[in-house]
Amino acid sequence: MPPTVTLAVTRYRPEQESEPALQNYEVPFRKDWVVLDALNYIKDRLDGSLSFRWSCRMGVCGSCGMMVNGSPKLTCAAFLSDYFPGPIHVEPLQYFPVVRDLVVDITDFMRKLKKVKPWIIRKEEKPLAEGEYLQTPDQLDTYKQFSMCINCLLCYSACPIYGLEPSFIGPAAIALAQRYNMDSRDEAARERLEILSEHDGIWQCTFVGECTKVCPKNVDPAGAIQQYKLTGAAHWFKSLLLPWGTK
Amino acid sequence: MVRPITPFLWVLFSAGGTIAALLFPVHLFLSGLAFPLGWLEAPSYDFLHGLIKHPVTRLYLFVLIAFPLFHWAHRFRYTLYDVLQLKHLSGLIAVLCYGAALAGSATVAYTVWNIP
Amino acid sequence: MSAEVHYTPYHPKWYRRRVSVWWWLQKGSYTTFVLRELTSVFVAFFALVFLWQLRALVQGQEAYAHFLVRLRTPLFLTVNSVALLFVLFHAITWFNLAPKAMVVRVRGRRVPDWIIAGLNYLAWLFLSGAVAWILLRG
Repeated sequence: MPPTVTLAVTRYRPEQESEPALQNYEVPFRKDWVVLDALNYIKDRLDGSLSFRWSCRMGVCGSCGMMVNGSPKLTCAAFLSDYFPGPIHVEPLQYFPVVRDLVVDITDFMRKLKKVKPWIIRKEEKPLAEGEYLQTPDQLDTYKQFSMCINCLLCYSACPIYGLEPSFIGPAAIALAQRYNMDSRDEAARERLEILSEHDGIWQCTFVGECTKVCPKNVDPAGAIQQYKLTGAAHWFKSLLLPWGTK
Repeated sequence: MVRPITPFLWVLFSAGGTIAALLFPVHLFLSGLAFPLGWLEAPSYDFLHGLIKHPVTRLYLFVLIAFPLFHWAHRFRYTLYDVLQLKHLSGLIAVLCYGAALAGSATVAYTVWNIP
Repeated sequence: MSAEVHYTPYHPKWYRRRVSVWWWLQKGSYTTFVLRELTSVFVAFFALVFLWQLRALVQGQEAYAHFLVRLRTPLFLTVNSVALLFVLFHAITWFNLAPKAMVVRVRGRRVPDWIIAGLNYLAWLFLSGAVAWILLRG
């Protein structure tokens, strides 16, 4: 008998139940399989009604985030062999409203992301004739780590502050704001600071640090947030002591 | 803008935390364990009394006590929000925490100012 | 069709799980975090003990002697020992996390975390030594 492993998957069908329920599936255990492969096996051969998101299956699109044995993971990067003999619990991403089965609604994050203006803003665009913006490798180095974010939202699922206070702007949004603040081509750091210094901005963070632990791309959002707190505090003092110098 | 005071409170928290981290272990070990238990010879009353008269010592004492109190106020406030989920009492908690820290700091300031 | 689409934030069929009051006991790292935050209580405790000591010093020799007697009671010795453990935990976590906030760039490259943390530990050693030296002189 080829080895198998049990996946205990959370099902939620709003048209027939008011609370999620657990359903067990027996899938073949293959050493090179990830949880996503197991889920696709379930959908292809065992239960076509199972709903879940996935796309690139190689850890760059950020679609397949789910809770695997209580930890937020990209299911395309969670090997079955790491959880053998199981059972492996697969649940929808924590702290997000569940639409169906393993699919969560991420409109809240999309709204917050837009709020921090994650694009290059300049007071005046350089005319095309002047050529491209130049940037040294050192300048790139200051923000490169934060640019690795794939918006997978594992950090939101790991952040207890976000769980307790859904209005908190969250790790990824702040890290992405920092990515643009530190970009030498950008000139909107002040603008973003006003947005992020609001009540539900960076000051809600108490540096639990779980976000950095679960990030699959080593973005270190916790580091981004602490650095931003320093910047925000420095700016606060500057505007207090030198109100004319902070335009 | 100066309006949100949170950055300032965070700086107090950071300063207090740094002072507590750097200086409290040695002070607590000496005053709380080594001297009472006789592991090391405690400084005499006269020596300490002479030491605190110095203006630098007075400033040191103020910084040593006041800032960590504000560190506690800020951190404890957020602990109550997150652990006990008392966010709905946020106004009251903030007043109690920072108020207590202010009271403590005022007491230290008054005491060091009035050292004979 | 040029009708504008409105997405309502609240959807009655979506399932929202309420976060338990015991969320911090469900994961080791969460519990460690809460313990770290609770060190602030012991920091405040010692700040107040220190204040008490200061006031006793100012009030005179008898008051100070009375203070020393209280400090020698088993209750205080126990509480102070526990407080010392928590304060040490605070110090270690604080120094280890300091590099995350203090990013120093030298000639375009970021100074490694262990150097920043190491500098903090050195400062800690130096200051502790200085305080001990002063207090052990008298």
